Amino acid sequence: MRAVCWHGVREVGIEDVPDPKILNPRDAIVKVTSTAICGSDLHLYDGYIPGMFRGDILGHEFMGEVVEVGSAVKNLSVGDRVVVPFPISCGNCYFCSQEMYSLCENSNPNAPLAEKLWGHSPAGIFGYSHMLGGYAGGQAEYVRVPFADVGPLKVPESLSDEQVLFLSDVLPTGYMAAESCNIQPGDTVAVWGCGPVGLFAIQSALLLGADRVIAIDRFPERLRKARLLGAETVDYESTDVLATLRELTGGRGPDSCIDAVGMEAHFHGVVGAYDRAKQAMRLSTERPGVLRQAITAVRSGGTVSVPGVYGGVVDKLPFGAIVNKGIILRSGQTHVQRYMRPLLERIERGEIDPTFIISHRLALEDAPEAYEMFRNKDDECVKVVLRP
Amino acid sequence: MATDHTAQATSTAPQAESKQPASESPQSETARPGSARGYPRDYAEWEEEESEWEAEVARHSRLHLEDRQLAQVLGWVSIGLGLVELAAPRALGRAIGVGHHPIVLRLLGLREITTGIGLLSERALGDWAWARVAGDAMDLTLLGAASRSSDAETGKIALTTTAVLGVTAFDTYAARRLTASQSAEAPQIAVTEAVTINETPEVVYEFWRNLENLPLFMHHLESVSATSERISHWVATAPAGTSVEWDSELIEDEPGRRLGWRTLPDSEVTHEGMVSFEPAPGGRGTVVRVDMLYRPPAGKVGARIARLFGEEPSVQVKEDLRRLKQLLETGEVATTLGQPSGRRSLLGRIMLGRRLQ
Repeated sequence: MRAVCWHGVREVGIEDVPDPKILNPRDAIVKVTSTAICGSDLHLYDGYIPGMFRGDILGHEFMGEVVEVGSAVKNLSVGDRVVVPFPISCGNCYFCSQEMYSLCENSNPNAPLAEKLWGHSPAGIFGYSHMLGGYAGGQAEYVRVPFADVGPLKVPESLSDEQVLFLSDVLPTGYMAAESCNIQPGDTVAVWGCGPVGLFAIQSALLLGADRVIAIDRFPERLRKARLLGAETVDYESTDVLATLRELTGGRGPDSCIDAVGMEAHFHGVVGAYDRAKQAMRLSTERPGVLRQAITAVRSGGTVSVPGVYGGVVDKLPFGAIVNKGIILRSGQTHVQRYMRPLLERIERGEIDPTFIISHRLALEDAPEAYEMFRNKDDECVKVVLRP
Repeated sequence: MATDHTAQATSTAPQAESKQPASESPQSETARPGSARGYPRDYAEWEEEESEWEAEVARHSRLHLEDRQLAQVLGWVSIGLGLVELAAPRALGRAIGVGHHPIVLRLLGLREITTGIGLLSERALGDWAWARVAGDAMDLTLLGAASRSSDAETGKIALTTTAVLGVTAFDTYAARRLTASQSAEAPQIAVTEAVTINETPEVVYEFWRNLENLPLFMHHLESVSATSERISHWVATAPAGTSVEWDSELIEDEPGRRLGWRTLPDSEVTHEGMVSFEPAPGGRGTVVRVDMLYRPPAGKVGARIARLFGEEPSVQVKEDLRRLKQLLETGEVATTLGQPSGRRSLLGRIMLGRRLQ
């Protein structure tokens, strides 16, 4: 089959690889009909997530048709159309039984690597480094899905691929980020980053009853999409973000701040250059400019919610602000399985139409150019959907 | 609780005592009733045992400090000499009279550096020191060969040979001393690992008590077969493709709570230990705790090699317990073995190793 493989920093390629096989009784093989490139794939592309090796198959946002099931998978049959959540979760461990699926204790075969870095290992993730399991990803014609009796969600034929594909990651991720803010009537939520996760966080915050959402980015097309959802927008290239947020919120600051940017924040000035230099020299894995700003901007006693991906150690984090302002810090990989069904219902009812984020529809073979375009935000790229 | 423990004291006394570090502990069972009751134990007693153990370790450290210094001196000398051989093989060849053999001298340099690093690693010092002696023998053989070549300067070679003989004598002395201290250090390894499993203690106990299940999650085991109610025969794969067999005896069997075992006296491998199954607080499953003492199969080539490269029994036990948890909770062990990938680089193949198959 054809598969998108990591070849090195800023290098992906399409290769002919063997078809996946059932390896465990609870596996299924899915023939991928649609797959997307995630913003977090760009962290792999740029080489900031450790544990990637040449030949690793990428992709954790995908859906398709079940073509084979293992002997222990009873709830799926060949021909079912499914969306697959990006965390691989057993459904049996303590965390899965608490619906904290992305913290599954049993799905990372390389747990010792993650334990060395983080103390404990989270769930394995498709196509997201050997530290998170080394599982072959879904930017391919076929993919092996472990614990297929827990993750994949059957979707009705009445909905198109593009309407349900983002249930695999970005829609639940944006939703969980907003839900973590415990939004109350009258709340103002500030969202950094108007990529797919940020846009879904904006939409979710409004659905969950936020009074105002303020969206921060620098790309006009992304700010336009945020405005269409009902957000007020701030272009951080031409505005002092902290002063503007204070002013827009009557001096108090946003009740909640969402960092939908993560470890590769783009910033100008001395601090931006400092972070960039440290990351380039591999002295620091992160450029935490947005996180610092969110912590500083949020009102006292407010919530900072971090769906953006961070991998290692963050430098110059204003922890004093967290303590002295009594900030609630929420983060985590998304417990996708928890949100898929209720969000599918919202899609069916027409409350959410996730297709608005799609900017490019390409063939799987176009992946190398698509990664480069998405990375550089060329051609107003917001979201790329690939069809094998 | 206290009375309960005291009641158990007599029944579990023998193996609880055998779990003490191999020192002549002055305290008897009666003086320290706590130590005689096995598991679970209270913290005061735990601390007491710990500090005893630390004292024992400190005594060992004092005894062997000089040996370690000896190894360090040898290590740095090896590395220094190796660097000279690597960096200036031609000048060195002229100086010792063997003529122009830069490649041979560079290879010898690499050998010196390897043994040097080994000696500085503080692991298997005796073995590394013997590696130096073997190296000296190689040097002497090469010097003999060199003296017969046409460009040899026999006077210089004789001088060099005398020097190498001196070094050999010193290396032999060091190797004997370090081997003695290596075996005196009694590579008895204590391992304690625990895992929490989302199952009742009874289920976990039952699974473990059926000893033939053990190879399902202890990947170094080939088979375990019960030869009688209490005795079982174990076959394990050892490093370098060899295998090790032993007989083990169940010395404690408390359904749903714990199992204790000990290898029979004439086994190739000696270990003993206890696995306990305690309910985690709040109905959060079972804490499975393994405490064991393990002595690697002495004299076996495989174990020697394993020790040279520092294979850790605690890592093995931890991974075994992780697989047990996966098996009991999910019915399978998470794997990626056999999945597709694109073309790997050489580095990737080396780093990913056994995960690639």
